[in-house]
Amino acid sequence: MSRKLFPVFALLLVFAFLLAACGGSAEPAPVETVIVTVEVPVAAEAAPAAPSGSGEILSRVIDRGKLVCGSRTDLTGFGYLDENGRNIGFDIDLCRAVAAAVLGDPEAVEFVPLTAADRGPALQTAEVDILSRNLTWNASRDAQWGNFTNVMFYDGQTFMARVDSGINGPEDFDGATVCVTSGTTTEKNVAQYFTDHGWNYEAVIFEETAAVYSAYEEGRCDLTTSDNSQLYAVRTGFANPDEHKIFDFFISKEPLTPAVPHGDDAWFDTVKIVMYALINAEELGVTQANVEQMKNSDDGRIRTLLGNGDDWGYTQLGLDADALARAITAVGNYGELYDRYLGPNGLAFTLPRGLNENYSNGGVIYAPEIK
Amino acid sequence: MSIVEIPQEEIRQPLPPGPLKWVKGNLFNNVGNTLITLILLPLIFFAIVNAIIWIVTQADWTPVINFPLLYAVGQYPRDQIWRVGVSLSLIIFMLGVSWGKWGGLLRSISIAVGLTFLLLALLPIQHAQLNLNMRLYLGSNLIWVLLGFGIGRAPFVKVLYIVLGWLLVPVISILLLAGFENSSFLPQIATTLWGGLLVTFLLSAGGILLSFPIGVALALGRRSSLPVVSAFSTIFIEGVRGVPLITILFMFSIILALFLPAESRIDRLLRALMAVTVFSAAYTAENVRGGLQAVPKGQIEAAKAVGMNGLQTMVFIVLPQAIRAVIPAIVGQFISLFKDTTLVVIVGINDFLGIGRSIINSDPEFVQLQLEVYLFIAVVYWIFSYLMSLASRRLETALGVSAKL
Repeated sequence: MSRKLFPVFALLLVFAFLLAACGGSAEPAPVETVIVTVEVPVAAEAAPAAPSGSGEILSRVIDRGKLVCGSRTDLTGFGYLDENGRNIGFDIDLCRAVAAAVLGDPEAVEFVPLTAADRGPALQTAEVDILSRNLTWNASRDAQWGNFTNVMFYDGQTFMARVDSGINGPEDFDGATVCVTSGTTTEKNVAQYFTDHGWNYEAVIFEETAAVYSAYEEGRCDLTTSDNSQLYAVRTGFANPDEHKIFDFFISKEPLTPAVPHGDDAWFDTVKIVMYALINAEELGVTQANVEQMKNSDDGRIRTLLGNGDDWGYTQLGLDADALARAITAVGNYGELYDRYLGPNGLAFTLPRGLNENYSNGGVIYAPEIK
Repeated sequence: MSIVEIPQEEIRQPLPPGPLKWVKGNLFNNVGNTLITLILLPLIFFAIVNAIIWIVTQADWTPVINFPLLYAVGQYPRDQIWRVGVSLSLIIFMLGVSWGKWGGLLRSISIAVGLTFLLLALLPIQHAQLNLNMRLYLGSNLIWVLLGFGIGRAPFVKVLYIVLGWLLVPVISILLLAGFENSSFLPQIATTLWGGLLVTFLLSAGGILLSFPIGVALALGRRSSLPVVSAFSTIFIEGVRGVPLITILFMFSIILALFLPAESRIDRLLRALMAVTVFSAAYTAENVRGGLQAVPKGQIEAAKAVGMNGLQTMVFIVLPQAIRAVIPAIVGQFISLFKDTTLVVIVGINDFLGIGRSIINSDPEFVQLQLEVYLFIAVVYWIFSYLMSLASRRLETALGVSAKL
């Protein structure tokens, strides 16, 4: 859409410049000749300045009628399988929301299971249209892999200890034994953390993640460490979850963010706006259930979000007015999506929202407005 | 001299019958053996008793019992699952037909397969996915194999038909499983949804069937007098054998994608199958080359003497002898290929092992139960590997490999 419109805009721009230039001129005669010579080269030159690769992926997704989403099937809460082999999870639903917005069907997604090793190349080569796989946003990945859209989950590495261990906070960490997975960033972060504080610790290292936790549960270590969400998940599976506490400070930043391939700004914008819509819907009280009623809300922001108001830019992106309403209908607003998997009655386990609370409730989930 | 001695050494003194005599003769026949027996016997006893206690009382088999379809077919859409069933029954039917025609080893395999399905149909487990329809389907496979047997016995069924059937069945099965674009009866099922035993069998069977002809061609190529052919074959074989399978998998699934343009992308499962095939072909080639070398030169000279050309000599004289000689080695290699396919987990394919991992991670409670899941997976792999080696031993005897060479 924008590609078709661009020459028109460029032409209008040329006219505007010419008119401005001619404004000071007394003679309108040379204008005619100038128009003819200038309009063609400017239009051609201007094309690369447009959003580079405008809409390639977006149009490919629409042509295919299917969104290809890089995901995983082996992380409870975020990307896993139900009994019937259906992909479910927080990351999975983000893809479904995009599919609902762009294609009108949350089921029009092909989930490609990716491992930690091949998720980068899969995004670099645009084998997937979107990568939503518990992916931590950092600078090198941003530079190499693709465009990171909007942080949808703030995670961070922290520690777990027994309630009766006498370890009440970092001040008691000196000299502790820590169970940790080998060769991961988790292990590096722990080493860095203890060195920074000048504390001693003894690392008990295991290859398998599950071995780390069983060793910890058997009492071989004072502490175990991993990302906050994983510690909560693991604790749910312990024989006596109440005997363990997870500390509420982070020693690393793990902003989990869906990413799209480099080179298609229109697609990048589309995915970002879908993410914004989910967050805005929570703020505005739009839920999966009340989308239809809210379309006639008195609040202009809600009407715009749901496509019954101003154009928030959908014509520019080649979407229709209902796109965001469909996304919300498909997966619910951010809060509903979170609660479905990680809330108190969630499918997977309970994880307090903490940083992932909306900014209006003291968290850092914050998105630009849809208008 | 030595030829005479070896059998003599191997012949043991015949022991008097009876278990007590056996124990005395084998476990307590001298001081050293008596000591070893006294130390090991209680250890083995306690190990077995504890294992049984654990399996029956302590282990929680929920993650094994609750997901029969996930283990079997992965994420394959449940409303299309009949397509997997029909493919499976087609193969079982062909097995039955072959049994009717040739008997022998195929008889044991067919009966074992039929009884296994009967057993699965009668499995004393309550589960929604193991409903009456599913049980009826599983049980029907016994009928398919018997029906095949009956048809195979019919005189009008020629060997040619059966060979054609075996060539057609894999093609039909793949088309049935994959489906067609824009078809409402057989909608396309993306291979990313295929998983479990389905993918394990597909990769191993596909790898074995495709790598065998390639391997034979490479073996012949390596012995070719044409320098280009021989150099290419040698470089290919040694290049592939010089790296681990994991490297080849990574190369096909990651590096290849970086080189190919986005439009000409190859399916992920197909990429893994290509990697497995290439790897297996190089090893098959070396095995077959060993067999080729074992064929006496006199055979080739004799073939030439009766006026056979090069191709005829190869097809009718050399290859049959060469391949027969290396069947044990090739079957051994196929067994290891079957187990090696578990490596595809690292390129994001949910084979039997991968589905097990996904199940473990589908519920925080299951993280504690991974021993049960991995044990179950190991036992399943063991059963199939053991059956394959059993079949290969029977095949060796049937072909008289050890006797005649």
